[in-house]
Amino acid sequence: MEILNVENITKSFGKTEVLKGVSFSLNEGEVLSVIGSSGSGKTTLLRCINFLETADGGRITVDGEVIFDAENPEKMKSRQIREHQTKIGLVFQQFNLFPQYDVLGNVTLALKLKAKKREDYKKNKKQILEEIDAKAMKILDDMGLSEKIHSYPCQLSGGPQQRVSIARAMALEPKILFFDEPTSALDPELTGEILRVIRELAQKKMTMVIVTHEMNFAKEVSDYIVFMDGGVIAEQGKAQELIENPKTERLKTFLSKLSD
Amino acid sequence: MSLLEGFWKTVEIFLLTLLFSLPLGLIISFGSMSKFKPLKALTKLFVWVIRGTPLMLQLVIIFYGPGLIGTWASAHAASGGAVTQWLATWECFDRFHAVIIAFVINYSCYFSEIYRGGIESIPKGQYEAGQVLGMTKSQVFFKVVLLQVVKRIIPPMSNEIITLVKDTSLARTISVYEIIWNGQSFIASDGLLWPLFYTGAFYLIFCGVLTVIFGRIEKKLDYFKA
Repeated sequence: MEILNVENITKSFGKTEVLKGVSFSLNEGEVLSVIGSSGSGKTTLLRCINFLETADGGRITVDGEVIFDAENPEKMKSRQIREHQTKIGLVFQQFNLFPQYDVLGNVTLALKLKAKKREDYKKNKKQILEEIDAKAMKILDDMGLSEKIHSYPCQLSGGPQQRVSIARAMALEPKILFFDEPTSALDPELTGEILRVIRELAQKKMTMVIVTHEMNFAKEVSDYIVFMDGGVIAEQGKAQELIENPKTERLKTFLSKLSD
Repeated sequence: MSLLEGFWKTVEIFLLTLLFSLPLGLIISFGSMSKFKPLKALTKLFVWVIRGTPLMLQLVIIFYGPGLIGTWASAHAASGGAVTQWLATWECFDRFHAVIIAFVINYSCYFSEIYRGGIESIPKGQYEAGQVLGMTKSQVFFKVVLLQVVKRIIPPMSNEIITLVKDTSLARTISVYEIIWNGQSFIASDGLLWPLFYTGAFYLIFCGVLTVIFGRIEKKLDYFKA
């Protein structure tokens, strides 16, 4: 079943055209990796889908519902954007954990704020908050973080911090989880634990879109790979095939530069 | 005994100024960060004028200004329009009110710049993380950003607030009898110098207490890095 459909997304910053019409789609439970050199527009694409940038043109559909349509701007009220926003999770390159909250607090903050809008919040406050905590503990436990729940981000090294930020995104039960170069800010010896977490999520059939430079990982974990170059998708296909038998010159050049 | 009266006056000016200028400064800082250009320009102009002129001058203008305008307007009220007649009703502020108004305006502007520096120093990623988690803008500000801002601005704030303690002595320019005025009056009446030393000790202790309080707050926020 198709869960994400991106049609003809365009985006310019001033006179620079960063995305020149990008389209792709993804089925539930599949993993898509986006590769390409820096400046190719892959991060901008991901930011457009996550509403961190507003695309100039195009349409995005998640789970059958149009969440963005440049033709129909009146649909873009901030409240609706917020509702759509939680359907798609985002894990940042720089983690962006909230420093003043401990690990548990980071994972539960958004859920607790959201719960305040529930009609029975006042009546069942204690129970609701306990349920949220229990849910967060379960996720953190799966991530191997159950001993760190009361640590603050500054007490953790990069790997665990990134795991917390994955847990934080998962807590909102997104339909799709996006990763923006999740290992780029980590020391090489720490990337392994993050890749392992992503691999486990893939095994649990979590739908994911991963912007990454880790070619071997992309090949191994993803079903499909999209290669971006100069604001367009230059080549796309099944992961292994695309890496092993690149068809376009541009992808060949890109891959050979990486193996140098 | 009159030293004690001056002491209370000083504390009163200090506390009232803080009470009003801390929130007002935050509002002004939003103005100077506004995306609405005219509001931003106007706020920046206002902050420039207030920070660019001496507090003593502002005190004098706020105290005498309305009265002078009123006097001028009543002289012309017969021939003037509705505005002139309205201006003719203007009178001087009560001395103490004038002091509070001048101090609040002045310190709000200084605080606003400290707030602005603090708010703009928070990485964009914090806002974006809140946004992708479905938080509203005000939730992001109050639940995520604010405490980090507070932590960052404590040192410059304590500096400014300690300056305020000593600036209260400017109130005497429009004859609000704060502690130094009281201390000095002993020289004129009794030829006594030591009350002035007491006032010095008062300032030292006052600022010492504030330093300790700010140190405590800093320590309290030490549990996280921002």
